[in-house]
Amino acid sequence: MEERDVKIGLEVHVQLTALKTKLFCSCSSDYRGKPPNTHVCPVCLGLPGALPVVNRKAIDYAVMVALALNSKINEKIVFFRKHYFYPDLPKNFQITQYDRAGGAPIAIGGFLKININGREKIIRIRRINIEEDPGKLVYPTGSITTSPYTLVDYNRSGIALLEIVTEPDMSSPAEARAFLNKLRSILEHLGVCDCELEGSMRADANISVAGGSRVEIKNIGSPKDVEKALAYEIIRQSQAISKGIIVKSETRHWDDLRKVTVPLRVKEEEQDYRYFPEADIPPIVITKDYIEKIRKSMPELPDARAKRFVRNYGLTEYEAQVLVTSKWLADFFEESLKHYGGKPKKLANILINDFLRWVHEKELEPNSIKAKPQHMAELLKLLEGKVISIKILKNILPEIIVSGKSPQEIISERNLVKISDKEVIKKIVLEVFIEHKESVRDALVNKKAVHYLIGQVMRKTRGKADPELTHKIVLEMLEKVREGEIRI
Amino acid sequence: MRRKIVITEELMDHLAWLARIKLTENEKREFLRDLNRVLEFFNEIDKVDVEGIEPTTHTALLTNVLRDDVPHKPLPQAEVLYNAPEKENGYFKAPKIL
Amino acid sequence: MSVKAYRLEALEIIRNVKEGNLCITDVIEEFLERIGRVEKKINAFITLRSKDELLQEAKIKDRLLKEGKARGLLFGLPIAIKDNISTKNLRTTCGSKILYNYIPPYDATVVKLLKEEGAIILGKTNMDEFAMGSSTETSFYGPTRNPWDLERVPGGSSGGSAAALASGEAPLALGSDTGGSVRAPASFTATVGLKPTYGLVSRYGLIAYANSLEQIGPMGRTVRDVALLLNVISRYDPYDGTSLKVKRRDYLESISKQLDDLHRRVKVAVVREMFEEGVSKEVVVIVRNIVNKMVKEGFVVDEISIPVIKYALPTYYIIAMSEASSNLARYDGVRYGFRANVHGDWNEVFSETRGNGFGKEVKRRIIMGTFALSAGYFDQYYLKALKVRTLIIKEFKKAFEKYSILISPTMPTPPFKLGEKIADPLAMYMSDIETVTANIVGIPAISIPAGFAEGKLPVGIQLMANYLKEDLLLAMAAFIEELTGLKNLIAEV
Repeated sequence: MEERDVKIGLEVHVQLTALKTKLFCSCSSDYRGKPPNTHVCPVCLGLPGALPVVNRKAIDYAVMVALALNSKINEKIVFFRKHYFYPDLPKNFQITQYDRAGGAPIAIGGFLKININGREKIIRIRRINIEEDPGKLVYPTGSITTSPYTLVDYNRSGIALLEIVTEPDMSSPAEARAFLNKLRSILEHLGVCDCELEGSMRADANISVAGGSRVEIKNIGSPKDVEKALAYEIIRQSQAISKGIIVKSETRHWDDLRKVTVPLRVKEEEQDYRYFPEADIPPIVITKDYIEKIRKSMPELPDARAKRFVRNYGLTEYEAQVLVTSKWLADFFEESLKHYGGKPKKLANILINDFLRWVHEKELEPNSIKAKPQHMAELLKLLEGKVISIKILKNILPEIIVSGKSPQEIISERNLVKISDKEVIKKIVLEVFIEHKESVRDALVNKKAVHYLIGQVMRKTRGKADPELTHKIVLEMLEKVREGEIRI
Repeated sequence: MRRKIVITEELMDHLAWLARIKLTENEKREFLRDLNRVLEFFNEIDKVDVEGIEPTTHTALLTNVLRDDVPHKPLPQAEVLYNAPEKENGYFKAPKIL
Repeated sequence: MSVKAYRLEALEIIRNVKEGNLCITDVIEEFLERIGRVEKKINAFITLRSKDELLQEAKIKDRLLKEGKARGLLFGLPIAIKDNISTKNLRTTCGSKILYNYIPPYDATVVKLLKEEGAIILGKTNMDEFAMGSSTETSFYGPTRNPWDLERVPGGSSGGSAAALASGEAPLALGSDTGGSVRAPASFTATVGLKPTYGLVSRYGLIAYANSLEQIGPMGRTVRDVALLLNVISRYDPYDGTSLKVKRRDYLESISKQLDDLHRRVKVAVVREMFEEGVSKEVVVIVRNIVNKMVKEGFVVDEISIPVIKYALPTYYIIAMSEASSNLARYDGVRYGFRANVHGDWNEVFSETRGNGFGKEVKRRIIMGTFALSAGYFDQYYLKALKVRTLIIKEFKKAFEKYSILISPTMPTPPFKLGEKIADPLAMYMSDIETVTANIVGIPAISIPAGFAEGKLPVGIQLMANYLKEDLLLAMAAFIEELTGLKNLIAEV
C-alpha cells in the first residue's frame, strides 16, 4: 500500500482528577468504584432550580495547563451552553465554552513538541476549553445495539474536564500516540490529572486520508486504542480510495470489542447545538498577576526536566526525553539515583534498555510495577561488585518489576550469585574440557571453538560464572593443555 | 438588510425535533399560524440600529464568582432516585439508545 | 380578638402573637377555615399541607413561644409559596403536568430562610405553567379566579399567590417575576408585589424559566408587610452565582426613616411611552390621579421620553423564550416527573413525554426559543435582542441620573375576563408592556393599589427605581399607600 497523505487532529478530554470536587458543585470527585448515583446533588443531577457555581481550583489548573501548552490565555472567560438531548446529560445541555458569538474559552493556540523517530515535531493546539463531564450509560446486555433499555449513573456528571483540541498536524497513528503520551506526561508533571485512572483521558480523533473528507472517530477509551483506531481507519479509507469509493464525512464509533470503527450518527448534519451564554455564571477575569502567580507555582515540566537531566547528569537528549515520557519513570529514575549514588548514565542505560523494554513488552501500567528505587540501586551495585553478571541482571529484572522482591532476595532464592572464585571456575573448566575433548582439540587451532567451551562453562554454571574471568581461565588452561601441563 | 423569514411546516418540524417535542396534527396546524404571528412580533426589533453595541447577558455586574474546592455531603441515593419514573439497582432506567 | 386573624396585616399578626393576644394555633385554624370557605371558588392553591400537619406545627411553635424560645422575624406566620419554588418533601409542579408528582429533595434558599425565621408554609400556589403567562390560565391545574370578580383573571403568572392574599387565605406570599409575574397579579388583585433588583434574592431553588430575567418577589397586602418579607429573603447566597454580596438592609427601618421628606429628596418622572399605546383610558386616569396628588404634596414630577421602550416587549420575549427553550430541556421523564407510556428509543420517549407533558403555551415558547437560538437565526434574533437590551439599559441609566423614581401603570388594562385573551398569544403578551422593562434592565419595581376601574376592578400603579434602591422604592410606595388609603384590602368572596 502506497503512502497516503494523512492528516490527524485530536480532541482530547482530560479529567482534572486532582480536584476534590466537581466543576460546578461540591460533590466529591472520587466517584470511581462507588455505587451508582451516590455522588450527586441537585446541581449535578440537574434538578429543577439548581444552579452551577464554578470551582476556583479548576480555573487554577486550567491556567496551568494553558501555560504548559504555550497557549494564549484569554483575559475574560465565559461559559456557554451546548444543547443536545441524551440520557447521560441531566440538563440536556452541557455547560462548556465556545469560541464564537462572544464566547471566550480559557485559552487559544499553543503547541507541544513530540519526538518521533529521533526528530522533533511541533503539534499545534487550537484551543483549550473547560467543561463538565456527562453521566455514564450502562447497557444491561453489554452492547448499545441490543440493550432493551439503558441504565444511567450520574456520579460522573459534572466532573471537571479540559478539552484540548489540536490542529490536524499529526501524520500517523504513531504521532498521535506520541502526542497523547507527551500530553499525559505534562499533565502528570503538573499534578492535575492522574491519567492512569480509568476514563481520565479520552480522545476523539479526526482523520482524513489523501485530502479526502474528514472522518470523526468517537469513543476511544485510551491513548493505546487511539493508535489502533487510527491505523484501522487509514486502512479502511485507503482501501475505499483504491476501489474508487468516495469516503464520506461522518462520525464513527470505535468498537473496542471487535476492534473496528462503525458508523454512528445518522443525523449528523442536523446537530445544531444552539450555543448561547450561560447566564447563571458571571464572567471570570484572568489578570496578568494571577497568571504570573500560577506560573511561579508550576512544577517542573517534562522538557525542562529533560534539559536538567542532560545538564546535571550528562545524559544525551534522547536518553533524557525517554526518561521523561512518563512522570512515574522520571521520578523513579531520580529516586533510584539518590539511592545509587553512582554514574547516572549507567542507571539510565539499565532503565531505558532493559527495564523499559520489558515494561512496554508486557504493556504494564505504573501501578502494576512493584520495583522500588532501592532495588535499582542494589542491582547496579551488585553488577559493579561483580556479584552478578549483566546476563543475570537482565534475567532477574522482570521478577523485581513484577514481584517487588529485592535483587538480593531473588538471587538467594534462585541461587544466582556470580561465581568469581578462580578455583571454582578452574574446576568447572576442567570438567568441561574432559566432557568435550574434541572441542578442546578444535579450540587449540580454531578461535571460534573457544567460545563454544566458554558457553559450556556458562551452561554448567547456569550463567553464574563471571564471563570475563571464565574466558581468561579457559584461555590459560588451553595453553596449559597445549604445553602438556594439563592432560585430558 | 432584513431577510423575509417564514416559518414553514418543514422548519417547524425541524424545530420541534431539535426540542424533542412531538406535536399532534392539530397542534401543527394551529402552531404554524401562531408562530408566524409571533415571528412578526419578533421582527419589530429589526427597526433598531445596534451598530457598535455589545450584547448584555448579565445585568448584575459580577465577575469571578468562585467556590472553594471542599466536598459536601451528597444526596442519599434513595432521595436521588425517589422521583425516578423507572429505576433498577440504584440506576435510573432510561429508554434504549438504538 | 374581635377581628379574624385572616383580616390582619402580617405585621399585626406577628405583633399580636408575640404579645400573647393570639396563639399560633388559632391563627392557623382561622386561616384554614377561611381557605375552607373560599378556596373552591378561587383555586389559589395547587397543594395545601394537611390540616393535621399544619396544626401540629402550630402547636409546637406555640409551645416554643410559651417557653420563650420563639425566634425569627416571621415566627408562627403562615405563608403561601408559588409552585415554582422548590420545597423539600412538598410537591412542586410549576403548574405543569410534566411535574405532577415531583417531590423535591431540597428547599430553595428562600424557603430555608423562611423556615429559619419561623414561618409556617401553608402550601404551593397556582401559576401559569412554568411561569409562562400573564393570567394564570395556562396552569394544568385549572385557572385561578380573581377574588374581586370571579369571572376575571387574577393576573399571572403568580396569580395563585396574589389571589390567596386578596381572598384572605394567606397574609404573605412569595411569587416570581420574569416579565411582570409578581406585579401584574398584584395590580389585578389590589395587593402589593415587588420585583427586587436582579441578584438581591437568591434564585437557588427557583425553577428556571428565563434565568437572566427572573427574581423571586415578596407579595403582601401592605407595603410594610412586603418590606418585612424582603428583609427575610434578601440575603447573599453562595449557591447562586448571580447573588449579590451587599450590605444587609432593614427595609422597614428605611421606610420609617425616609418617609418624611421624600418630596424634597426624590425627583420623580413619568415615562410618556408607558401611558400611550395600548393603555386603557381608565387606567391612565386612575394613575395620573395619583401623580397629581403627589404634585400637590410637593413632589416634582417630570415627563420623560424613552423611545427605545417601544422595543422592550419583543426584546423581552425573544430573550425569555430562548432561555426557556434551554431551561426546560431537562424535562424528559428520566430522572423525575411525567414519562409518556410509549415504547421506542429515547428520542421517541422524550418527544412523546414533552409533547404530552407540556401545555400549548409552553410548547410554543420552547419552539420559538429554539428558533431564535438556532444556526442561521441566532444573530438576527437572540444576539440582536441582547444588543437592544444594552440600549434599553443605557437609556434607563441616563434616566436614573436625573430621577430617582419612575412611575407608570402596572397593567395596561383592568383585570380582563377569563378566556378573553388566552386564545390569542399576542394579545396576552401585550399585557406585559409596562412590566418587562424592569426585568430587561434588572432594576427593582413594585406595584401597589392605585384605584378601582368601574368602581370594582383593581388597577395598580408601578414604581421603578435604580439598582439596589429598594429602600427608596418602598418608602415611596408607603407614601402613596398613605395617600390613597388603599391598604390591606380583602375581597368579599
